[in-house]
Amino acid sequence: MHRIGVFVCHCGTNIAATVDVKAVAEAMKQEPGVVFSVEYQYMCSEGGQTMIQEAINEHKLTGVVVCSCSPRMHEATFRKAASKAGINPYMVEIANIREQCSWIHKDIMTATEKAVILARTAVAKVQLNAPLVAGESPVTKRALVIGGGIAGMQTALDIAEAGFEVDIVEKQPTIGGKMTQIDKTFPTLDCASCILTPKMVDCAQNEKIHIYAYSEVDEINGFVGNFTAKIRKKARYVDTTKCTGCGVCTEKCPQKKVPNEFNLGLDTRRAIYIPFAQAVPKVATIDADYCTMLKSGKCGVCSKVCTAGAIDYKQQDEIIEQQYGAIVAATGYNPIKIDNYDEFAYSQSKDVITSLELERLMNAAGPSSGTLIRPSYLDRQDDHKAHPKTIVFVQCVGSRSDDGCGKPYCSKICCMYTAKHAMLIREKYPDTDVYVFYIDVRTPGKLFDEFYRRAVEQYGVHYIKGMVGKVAPQPDGTLDVQASDLIANKQLHINADLVVLATAIEPDKTARSVATMLRASMDTNDFFTEAHAKLRPVESPTAGVFLSGVCQGPKDIPETVSQASAAAAKVIGLLAKDKLTGNPCVAQPNELMCNGCSSCEKVCPYGAITYSDKEFMQYDRSMAVRRVASVNEAVCQGCGACTVACPSGAMDLKGFSNKQIMAEVDAICK
Amino acid sequence: MDRKEEILRISGVNVRKCMRCGKCSGTCPSYDEMEFHPHQFVYMVESGDIEPLLNSDSLYKCLSCFACVERCPRGVEPAKVVEAVRLAAVRQKGNNHLKAENVPELLDDETPQQLLVSAFRKFTK
Repeated sequence: MHRIGVFVCHCGTNIAATVDVKAVAEAMKQEPGVVFSVEYQYMCSEGGQTMIQEAINEHKLTGVVVCSCSPRMHEATFRKAASKAGINPYMVEIANIREQCSWIHKDIMTATEKAVILARTAVAKVQLNAPLVAGESPVTKRALVIGGGIAGMQTALDIAEAGFEVDIVEKQPTIGGKMTQIDKTFPTLDCASCILTPKMVDCAQNEKIHIYAYSEVDEINGFVGNFTAKIRKKARYVDTTKCTGCGVCTEKCPQKKVPNEFNLGLDTRRAIYIPFAQAVPKVATIDADYCTMLKSGKCGVCSKVCTAGAIDYKQQDEIIEQQYGAIVAATGYNPIKIDNYDEFAYSQSKDVITSLELERLMNAAGPSSGTLIRPSYLDRQDDHKAHPKTIVFVQCVGSRSDDGCGKPYCSKICCMYTAKHAMLIREKYPDTDVYVFYIDVRTPGKLFDEFYRRAVEQYGVHYIKGMVGKVAPQPDGTLDVQASDLIANKQLHINADLVVLATAIEPDKTARSVATMLRASMDTNDFFTEAHAKLRPVESPTAGVFLSGVCQGPKDIPETVSQASAAAAKVIGLLAKDKLTGNPCVAQPNELMCNGCSSCEKVCPYGAITYSDKEFMQYDRSMAVRRVASVNEAVCQGCGACTVACPSGAMDLKGFSNKQIMAEVDAICK
Repeated sequence: MDRKEEILRISGVNVRKCMRCGKCSGTCPSYDEMEFHPHQFVYMVESGDIEPLLNSDSLYKCLSCFACVERCPRGVEPAKVVEAVRLAAVRQKGNNHLKAENVPELLDDETPQQLLVSAFRKFTK
């Protein structure tokens, strides 16, 4: 029998106000095997830890039970303290009497009773604990970044700076992400391209960074330090080693009617295209959905005009398999589809646009070469009505909504970019009336509120507290905007030429499949969940998986870059290690009981279980070959699925054996 | 029962969900006819300021077109609040909302007489 010490924590008043801690400590003295029991104000403090260590030495303890907060909080702290005093860290058990007791109960009597039961349960478990030693696994010194926007690029640059190899996988033909489509950035109004494109070039030129553009991750296996990823390089039908990016093919291609996604469909491109002039890598891509040569075998113009001989209509997808120590999700965002918001007439009028479309309309490389034109006049830009005289901005379109069409969260960036748009328009076209309908103006951030106030005070943007109820296209091509002005308590009708919807943002559609491959958790909105909302914001709860940018939650550019660098720091910390200490709580098959049914192999989400034929001695001393399970301890994550699946009870989880669990249940029911 | 509680119970609306965006009033076709507007109905019921609503013509200016219900981003359903206040007014004891002597002046060629008959039943104690 183990000699057990019980340590009951007050956690200030967190526990002590609802649980009679003295009574719990007293009650534990009666439990079998308990030779020492005490309560203390803060067990996690230095004093508390010293108390545990002294008790281990003085009372020759071989097992420890700490009744305190959740093991997620301080299990590691107490295990470390115990191992310093010379006992195996896995001889420490936590009874969670805070989250699962004092915080959820009001009555001291019942809470104390429950705390005693929880403590007794932990004591019963420790009696069956065995010392465990964690194995070690090597670390592959290479990182994978999924997504090549500003978040992924910054993370990759920082990891490369520390001397580690990084691969960026980007599904678009070029890296750069959403920021390539943005015209100016708040609150400084510097040109997005001017600060972004040098970073794209840095990525391309960095020897440690390898860019797989127009590629997607197909499969990820393994675990922290030892991931294996299959990357699909999609066929561009262009030999990237030969293509010089001269662009002749993109001018000669006869298929001119392809919607240009870079300009959000406001203009068209050819079937062979380079997304924009500063694309990295700057090579052409054939859009198989529109290329007549690929569809019908008739054309071949691009091949004829290409002097480098780079066109290859027979190119196939290529699968690359690579090992990684760490993986960073940087999958980014998209504006939501707003077709369900009929009242804003987005699908009825060309002159109702999203804010991202406005970025393209104001960009020098956009469809109107930077002149602000009503989209309905894009083909007749000289018309005197082409320039919008009255512009209405509608904020929170699809954000903060509970209506089933939108998103429940605040998209965070819209208040600032709308102020930016309004200001830029008033600056460039002072004859324009600009109205912004807002519910709240949210501007937390350095120099953000000053920026918004400048739009109001210096640029005379009309900010109106209220929401637009309806946008009705008029026969003369203008838009009747019906809205409320809550401060004046009036309903307004504004005759507008252009309506801009500050559309909510959502995680990219591919994020969910990436999360599934990574076995990383997501919230109900498909944002990746962080390991701890406050203290571990750039790590996923899945070891070795890190989060960068909007895939974790809405963010502006400065915040994205900060988080990207933080994720890189975490990756560097991991890759700098030569070996990782694993978790010793892994599955262990009892070969004598195993009947070789493969149930465990089928449920194992990590592929940690394999079967092999082994020779066993029978009752009559003859030898027989049987098929039995074996567990790769480096791959096993200790989830316990196999122990439940095994029909013969042959599979056990070290540290959580069937016997231990039953002992806990018995202790609870006693 | 408290008048506010009664209205909340009849409507089944959680007025606390309102985030004061004013989209209901931005979308209301009868806005200019009303003394109190859809967003005010929600706000005034929430703050227990019921009397002015009960006594206001605005109650009967609401067309029950449900545009506000359709477009409310928070699912507050202002038209249901208006309807609940209307019902509360009808249920007030001893209140005659339509007197027999007022009927002749409401008669015209376009109003179906059945409407007046049913209104007379509903609104007269």
